[in-house]
Amino acid sequence: MTLILNDGHRKHQRPQLVTRGGTGFAFGMGCSDLRDGLTLWPLWVRLGWNDILQRYRRSMLGPFWLTASMAVMVIALGILYAELFNTPIHDFLPFLCVGLLVWNMMSSFLIEGGTLFTGAESYIKQIRLPYSVYVYRSSWSKLVILAHNFVIYFGVLLYFEIWPGAVALLAIPGLLLILLNGAAITLCIGMVSARFRDVPQLINSVVQIVFFVTPIMWKPELLRGHAYIADFNPFYHLLEIVRAPLLGSLPSAKSYAAVLLITLVNAVIVGAFFARFRSRISYWV
Amino acid sequence: MTLHSINSAGQTELSLEGVSVSFPIYHGGSRSLKKSLLFRSSGGQLASDASHRITVEALRNVSLHFRTGDRVALIGTNGAGKTTLLRTMAGIYEPVSGVVSCSGRISPMFDISLGIDGEINGYDNIRLRGLILGLTAREIEERMADIVDFTELGDYLDIPVRTYSSGMMTRLTFAVATCFAPDILLMDEWIVAGDAGFLAKAQHRIEAFVKQAGILILASHSSDLCRQWCNKAIWMERGEVKQFGEIDSVLDAYTKEISATAS
Repeated sequence: MTLILNDGHRKHQRPQLVTRGGTGFAFGMGCSDLRDGLTLWPLWVRLGWNDILQRYRRSMLGPFWLTASMAVMVIALGILYAELFNTPIHDFLPFLCVGLLVWNMMSSFLIEGGTLFTGAESYIKQIRLPYSVYVYRSSWSKLVILAHNFVIYFGVLLYFEIWPGAVALLAIPGLLLILLNGAAITLCIGMVSARFRDVPQLINSVVQIVFFVTPIMWKPELLRGHAYIADFNPFYHLLEIVRAPLLGSLPSAKSYAAVLLITLVNAVIVGAFFARFRSRISYWV
Repeated sequence: MTLHSINSAGQTELSLEGVSVSFPIYHGGSRSLKKSLLFRSSGGQLASDASHRITVEALRNVSLHFRTGDRVALIGTNGAGKTTLLRTMAGIYEPVSGVVSCSGRISPMFDISLGIDGEINGYDNIRLRGLILGLTAREIEERMADIVDFTELGDYLDIPVRTYSSGMMTRLTFAVATCFAPDILLMDEWIVAGDAGFLAKAQHRIEAFVKQAGILILASHSSDLCRQWCNKAIWMERGEVKQFGEIDSVLDAYTKEISATAS
């Protein structure tokens, strides 16, 4: 357990740091970790950017390779599945496009959570930084990737001459809720994976199944009598509060209620977990 | 949990009270979820095995107190717990029991190349490295001219650092690491390397750097360095403080014991 009193980085202030042993829930420490992490935004914004740039260094398109490969996938799958399901393409392709963009972000929170702390071992073992810095860094880079991919959405809007209208603005709070949940879950997965090294593999395979079970490549209307498959799928509701507004319709009250419940449960469980095991992370990595 | 109020007079202080640190050994199998789940589910006998996890006690009941002006050498054989002690002081490992409290900005100089990204240019690396050390963007820009001047790298700072020779890299990391005055300086071995011209300059700089620090803790195997820089010494043995006192008496006792075991 640790206690940081006034751990500012000003010259006139003298940062004070108290770490103490013991087990139990250190909520105060957890909160100050999250808060101190936020104040270090210049650091994680830079680290997050570098993470993205590093992958596409010296390539001509740079991070827009993400966009290019995503665009190819949206077009190919859009045409194929519109044929298979016998649905009009101007209806199906925008649906698939938004679904894939949002799913891409949600799944990366789950998959990359596995290396959140183990991948930052050199930092964790050499200097004390708030652990939330690594969470913000990863969430930020996922947001940047989504922003790059969003070009495809605008392209689709133009091509099919769709205009979602003002309701599209509702996607912004929806996106924030996804980010919040994603950050919480990535923190949780990061901690568990640091301790148990098989977890990332487990999550990889689960994510693949979730992708097929969630209405992304198929419309939820196809479920007919089996609507529970979507109703009890948290990913469906998270997806829906962003996808519906971007396609010009209002998400159902059911989806909002479900997302609020998910967020609450997520925050409480991950918060408690972080408060209890935060100080063990450096021992685990 | 109670707030541990440390003196607000503005003195640099570092104290450890009854600090213990132990590392559970997670090797291959014992670390996996499978084992844990199986232990949970398969009766008492195995479960008691799981709870009797092997741990290495890296620090045992260490109590130390340092004040402004303390220059402390940390000596001991390999595996005595020197690095763990430094990391615990830096807040990297939070103790399993006991309290570590410090007041003042800590600069852990364990790996000065931490955070260097080969693909970005010298200037960006200086900024990144400064941010990691806890400087604000403005503080970095204020020191930029000084850092650039010290590295003598000139136009090389505009190209990615992966093209640098190791000596050039040392100049860069060294300049950033020593660009601000920490209150508490923790060093794992003395960090000066480079060509002869740079060496003299670096030596000079680090002298100024160390002198500005309120507290210096230096883990080193070189008794000459320890005598040159420190006025106190801690002799660690198997995770415990064997002796803490004036540099000469501790070093003499240490060298005597070492030579006794060697012969």
